[in-house]
Amino acid sequence: MSPSIPLQEMIRAIRSARTQCEERGVIQRECAAIRAQFRQSDNDGRSHNLAKLLYVHMLGYPAHFGQMECVRMIASPRYSEKRVGYLGAMMLLDEKQDASLLITNSIKNDLSHSSQYVQSLALCTLACIGSAEMCKDLAPEIDRLLRASNSYIKKKAALCAIHIVRKVPDLGELFIPTARSLLAEKHHGVLHGAVVLITVLCECNPETLERFRKTVPDLVRIMKSLVTSGYSPEHDVAGISDPFLQVRILRLLRILGRNNEASSDTMNDLLAQVATNTDSTKTVGNAVLYETVLTVLDIKSESGLRILAVNILGRFLLNNDRNIRYIAMTSLQKIVGTDHIAVQRHRGTIVDCLKDPDASVKRRALDLSLALVSASNIRSMMKELLVFLSCCPPELRAEATSGIFHAAERYAPSQRWHIDTILHVLTTAGGDVRDETVPNLILLITNASELHCYTVHKLYRALLTDISQQPLVQVACWCVGEYGDLLLRGECQEMEPIEVTADSVLDALETVLQSHMSTPTTRGFALTATMKLSTRIDDNVDRIRSIVSIYGSCIDVELQQRAVEYNALFKKYDHMRAAVLERMPVIERNSPGHRNGDSMGDVIKEAEVDKVKRREPPLPQPPATQVCDLLDLLGDSEESVRAGPAQGGTVTVQSTNTAKPAGEDLLDLLGGFEPTPLAPVTVYEKNGVTLTLGCEKHSDSGVTVTLKGCNSSDSDVTSFALQAAVPKSVHLHMKAPSGDTLPAGGLAHVTQLVLLDNPSKVNLKMRIRISYSSGGSSIQDTVQIDSFPGLS
Amino acid sequence: MQFMLLFSRQGKLRLQKWYVPLSDKEKKKITRELVQTILARKAKMCSFLEWRDLKIVYKRYASLYFCCAIEEQDNELITLEIIHRYVELLDKYFGSVCELDIIFNFEKAYFILDEFLLGGEAQETSKKNVLKAIEQGDLLQENQSADWGGLPRDELL
Repeated sequence: MSPSIPLQEMIRAIRSARTQCEERGVIQRECAAIRAQFRQSDNDGRSHNLAKLLYVHMLGYPAHFGQMECVRMIASPRYSEKRVGYLGAMMLLDEKQDASLLITNSIKNDLSHSSQYVQSLALCTLACIGSAEMCKDLAPEIDRLLRASNSYIKKKAALCAIHIVRKVPDLGELFIPTARSLLAEKHHGVLHGAVVLITVLCECNPETLERFRKTVPDLVRIMKSLVTSGYSPEHDVAGISDPFLQVRILRLLRILGRNNEASSDTMNDLLAQVATNTDSTKTVGNAVLYETVLTVLDIKSESGLRILAVNILGRFLLNNDRNIRYIAMTSLQKIVGTDHIAVQRHRGTIVDCLKDPDASVKRRALDLSLALVSASNIRSMMKELLVFLSCCPPELRAEATSGIFHAAERYAPSQRWHIDTILHVLTTAGGDVRDETVPNLILLITNASELHCYTVHKLYRALLTDISQQPLVQVACWCVGEYGDLLLRGECQEMEPIEVTADSVLDALETVLQSHMSTPTTRGFALTATMKLSTRIDDNVDRIRSIVSIYGSCIDVELQQRAVEYNALFKKYDHMRAAVLERMPVIERNSPGHRNGDSMGDVIKEAEVDKVKRREPPLPQPPATQVCDLLDLLGDSEESVRAGPAQGGTVTVQSTNTAKPAGEDLLDLLGGFEPTPLAPVTVYEKNGVTLTLGCEKHSDSGVTVTLKGCNSSDSDVTSFALQAAVPKSVHLHMKAPSGDTLPAGGLAHVTQLVLLDNPSKVNLKMRIRISYSSGGSSIQDTVQIDSFPGLS
Repeated sequence: MQFMLLFSRQGKLRLQKWYVPLSDKEKKKITRELVQTILARKAKMCSFLEWRDLKIVYKRYASLYFCCAIEEQDNELITLEIIHRYVELLDKYFGSVCELDIIFNFEKAYFILDEFLLGGEAQETSKKNVLKAIEQGDLLQENQSADWGGLPRDELL
C-alpha cells in the first residue's frame, strides 16, 4: 500500500523541529490547514487529513475539532475513509462524549454491510468505545452475527458480545445459547472468543455458571486435543499448540471447577497431563503451567495433584528468570494459608529472594517470609528479616517493621529475645514504626520484671549513641526514669559494666530535652523521666528542680503544664512526691485507663482536682422511692412501665455525682456556659429562687435542655437539687449540676444540662422537682413544662 | 487488558490503545506517571509491577517499551506472549520493524493491533490469519472503489 505522503511529510517536519516552540509552530500551522480542509465538504485527501490530526493528537495536542470529521468519515462509502474514521473515533471519542452517540447509527448500518471488513471495523469500534446505550441498542445485531456469519466475523462478534456483557450484565442472557453452541467450532479464533465469552458470562452471574458446568467435558476434550495433537504450524508457539487458547480454557475450567466436586474430578486427569507434559524451558510453556497450577490450587483437586502443583511452583522459584520467580511467589502467597507445610519446604529459596535487587521481587519475598514465620523457625527467620530491614527500600519499611513486630509478638521464644528484637528494629528503622509500638514496648518491658536491669542498661546505651529515632528515645527515657535506680547501681550481668553517674543520666535526659530532633512528645517523656529520677537518686534533686522549673515557661503548652505541676509537686506537696512518683505497677494489657507515659500525669492531675472538689459539700441522695413518686405524678399507667429505665437514668446521675471523674466536671462547667440560642424561659419562681429553662435542638431527635437556677433573695440557698421525668418514649440523661449552692443576691448560678432523645417524636413534656434549703427550711416544688421554647 | 502503551526511551508516546473509558485528562495523567515509573526501572528488573490497582506487564524491544495494564485475574506470562506476538506481527508486516516504521506508519500499527486484539482480548491466535486480514484490508483501501461487489466476500479467516 502506498504511504500517505502528506502525512509522512508532516511527521518529518515535526520531527525536524529543534525546539518545543518550533514544533508547536509547525503543528499550529498544520492544524489550521486541517481545520480549513475539514470545512470543505468534498475532498480527496480527507483520510490523510484525519490521519495527520491523529498523529498530532498522539503527541499530546488538542484535537477535539476532529470529532465531527470522524463521524462524517465513518458515514462515507469509501473504505479508506471509513477505516481512518473509525480509528479516529476510537482515539478521539469515548463513551462520555456526546459525539459518540452520533456514530451509533453508522455502526448499525455497517454491521450489516456486505463487506466483512467494514463489518469488522464496526465491531472493533463497538467493542472499544461502546457505551451502555449503544450496547443495548446493538446487542440483537451482535447476536445475529454470532449465529449466522463466517468465522472472521464470528470471532469478532464474540469479543464484542463480551464488551456488551461487561457493560450491561443483564444482556448476558441473550448470548447464553449461542455461546454454548460456539464451542463446537473448529476455528481457533472463534473458540478462543467463545471461551472468553463463557468466562465473562459465568463471572457476571452465578446461575449462568451453574448452567455452563455442563460444558466441562467439552472443554476437557478440546484441551486434550490441543495438548496431544502433533505439530500444527499455524498455532504453534515454541512447541506449544495455541497457548493463548490453552490458557483461556484452563481459566474457564478453574471457574467451573471451583467448589464443585464433580467438575473437579472430570478435569483431574487433564490437569495432571498438562502439568507433566508441558515443556517449561520457554516463557510460553511456563505461562501454560502457571495457569494450570492456579487452576489446580483453586478447584477441589486430589492431594497428589496439589503436591504436583506446589512442586511446579517450587521449580519456578529456582528458575533463572526473575519474572518466573515473581510469579511463583505471588502464587505461593495465595496458598500459604491452606498448604502451609508444602510452602515451608521452599522457605530457604524465598528468604534468598529477599536479597534480590528487584523491588517487586523483594516485596513478594517479604510478604511470603512473614507468612512463613512459625514457632520453630522464628530465630533464623528473624535474623534474615532484620538483615533485610537494614537494606530495605523505603517503601517497604513500614510493612516490614509491622510484620516483624507481629511475628515477634506471636512467636517470641523468650522475653529477652523479644525486647532485643524490638530494640534492634527501633535502632534500624525507628522512623517507620507505627505509633502503638511505643506503648506496646513499654507494656512488654514492665511485664518482664527480671529484665528491668538489662533493659534499662541497654536503652541507656542506645540513648547515649543516637537520639534521632523518636520511638526509641521515648522508650529509653521512660525506662531511665522508671528504673533509674537500677541503672545507677552499676552492675548488670549480661552487659559489660560502664560508669554511670547521676549526672551523666541527667545529662543524657537534658540532651534529649534540648535537642532540636526531639518531638514534643519525646520532650514530655524526658521531662517526666527527669522528674521521676528525683525520687530514685539521692543527690542532684536541686538540679532536677532547676530543669523542671525552666520548662515552666516553655512555649509548648503540654510541657509547660507538666513542668508547672511538677514544680507544684516540689513546692507544696513535697511530702507526697515519693508516693506520687513511685514505681509503676505492672500494666495490664488492654486496661481501660492505660495510656502510655501519661499515667504519671493523670495521677497528679486527679490528685489536684480532688482537692478542689473536697471543698464542696456532697450532694443529697434522694432515696429511690422519691424517684418512683416523681414518675407517679405523671399519672398515666404507662409511666409505671417507664419506671425501670428512668430509674436507671436517675440512678446513673447519682453515681456520676459521687464519682466525679475529672473530665465530666470540666464538661459540665463548660456546658453551663454554652449560649442557648433562644431566650430561656422562666419556669419557676418562688422565694426568690428562679429556675430558667433553655433548650437547643442538636440533632433530629435530640434536644439539650439547660436549667439554670438563680437566687435573688437575701439568704443563701443550699442543697439545691433538680430531678426530672419525661414521657415514656423519650430518653433522658441528666448531667451533673455545676453545684448545689445559690448564693444570695444572684451572685452565682447553678446550671444543669439535661439531654433528651425523642426518637418517636412525641410531644415533649417534662416534670421537674426542685428541692432546696433556704433560711433553715427544706422546700420542694414541682413544675410541669408542656411546651419548650423553640420546639414546635 | 485495560490499555496498551508504546513509548520510546525518551518517554515519547508512539501508540496508545485504551479499552476502558477515561477522560483525555486522566489518560494523559496515567500515561505520564506510568512512563516515568517504567523508565526509572533498571534493565534486569522484573517485567511485572503493581501500579495503583492494576498489574503492569512491560517489555523493551530495541528502543521501544511495550506496556500493558491487565487485571488481577489475568495471566502475566501470557500477556508477555501477547506483546511478543504483536511485535512479531509488526515485524512480519514491515519487514524487520524499527521504531521509525511505527512513527511514520502509526495508523497501520493500529490496524494490525485491531486485527490481533479486540476489546482487550486476543481475537486471532494464528499469525498467518492476522496478516492475511491486514493484507486484504490494504488491498481494499488501494482499490478505493465504492463498488464492493468487485471483491469476493470470501471465507477469509
